[in-house]
Amino acid sequence: MNSVASKTSDEVVMTAEGEEFLEEVCSIPGGESVRWCIQCGMCSASCPNVAQMDNSLRRTIALIRAGRRHDVLTSNTMWVCASCYLCTARCPKEVKITELMHTLERLAGYYGLTTKRTTTATMYRAFIDSIKSNGRVHELGMMTKYYLSTVLALKVNPFSLIKMLPLALNLMSRGRMTIKPTKIKGAEQIKTIVERAKALGGVK
Amino acid sequence: MKYYSYFPGCSSSEGTAVAYGLSTQAICGPLEMELVELEDWNCCGTTPYSSTDELASVAVATRNLALAEKTGLDLVTPCSACYTSLNRANSQLRQYPDLRDKVNDCLSSVGLEYKGTVRVRHLFEVIYNDIGLKVIESKVVNPLSELKVAAYYGCQLVRPEPGFDNTHNPQSLDEFIVSLGAESTPFPLKDRCCGSSLVIPEVDIALGLIHKLLESADSGGAQCMVTVCPLCQTNLDAYQAMAKGKFGAKYSLPILFFTQLLGLALGVEPKALALDKSIISAERVLARLTSKATEWATATSESAIERESSLRTKALLKGGK
Repeated sequence: MNSVASKTSDEVVMTAEGEEFLEEVCSIPGGESVRWCIQCGMCSASCPNVAQMDNSLRRTIALIRAGRRHDVLTSNTMWVCASCYLCTARCPKEVKITELMHTLERLAGYYGLTTKRTTTATMYRAFIDSIKSNGRVHELGMMTKYYLSTVLALKVNPFSLIKMLPLALNLMSRGRMTIKPTKIKGAEQIKTIVERAKALGGVK
Repeated sequence: MKYYSYFPGCSSSEGTAVAYGLSTQAICGPLEMELVELEDWNCCGTTPYSSTDELASVAVATRNLALAEKTGLDLVTPCSACYTSLNRANSQLRQYPDLRDKVNDCLSSVGLEYKGTVRVRHLFEVIYNDIGLKVIESKVVNPLSELKVAAYYGCQLVRPEPGFDNTHNPQSLDEFIVSLGAESTPFPLKDRCCGSSLVIPEVDIALGLIHKLLESADSGGAQCMVTVCPLCQTNLDAYQAMAKGKFGAKYSLPILFFTQLLGLALGVEPKALALDKSIISAERVLARLTSKATEWATATSESAIERESSLRTKALLKGGK
């Protein structure tokens, strides 16, 4: 009978560490929804960027449930998610897949497992730094910081940035990129809020 | 007059989508709505923040909600990303009491508190539902007849949660275009992604998405595309030349904000709609309409001056008696 089939090499063996990872994902707001995924694959079929992902969305959920922490957190999957929510809107089981992608990005960052092949995390950091210092995002400052960091980290060839020049000039000549950032009156409040959030240990 | 608390968002207030902010201000008068800018609002945090630090991102977004709560008005934003992340904060706080307590702890450190009563709304939804297409139709002085427009919803107006329109096959923007006298052209990819902020770290992936959208709209016979999101406009307008080069495409589609199209139809002075901020110029496509709008705007301002001067004369005559 199949129910007593012998173990095959593909059979998933859940380790204690794997169980811990699954628990961790499920404990994060939105993460609990991986438990009711039916593996239909609608998410992967809907994703505009699935072809660029190491693991498809459906596979990522299967890997989480199998406790494959390292495979999940070192993949590029979540870093090429554009947050278009098409997977979430179409999921017949209402799994919050886009939320899950954000959760995996946070976990990868928290454990220092972010793949070196992505610069999305660098862009996120530049974006957040802009909010922390001004209260708002200063696009020119954010982009300059991003490009400088990626060039310095040898992730981007400085000469490849030449093709971005016409774009930047087009935007600047039309007054669509301000040189000086706008700082809100409550910029200090933002710093205080962020510090308090850190003290409460809410990164994940 | 209808009153709302207004959250322009970083890019519409003075950044890459400044034309969106300007054209939004320009249509308020004719639509008899007042957008009161939320004092000292901060960035909503959007995907970069919620993908890095959950508690800080919700707390930073909620500062805006706490400020808006004091006004007692609905919080309206023209930006689809701000709309999603402020709504996300609301829904996370509602669903997860533990998170709510921590967020209020963060806010109390700066003397703020959020009770959870603010309704976050997208400007397009407000215009569609509160003003209504019938009223808009009655206010159109410069019908956009013969203009072929592709209605681009983008992602975050109709997703993730079922909102005011059908998530899988939205129609509101198409209806809006028709109410202005224009034609809404077939556009099968109308709710697909433009690549959003991935255009910075993953430009090749984003260019592929941008190309597919432009090609789909172009093959449907559109002369221009209308959008409800600052980031969509920037990606499709500013990166259009790069997408064209990469894929050897021939399209040239001006990308307009829905507020710019609405303003033209309502007879707003074209200059006030900041049409010149677009990289792919809409001049050729809109020439007939803008000249009519300019004529109309000049005529009304002249008649207003005449009216005012005749009133003054009357007042003088009255005083003289």
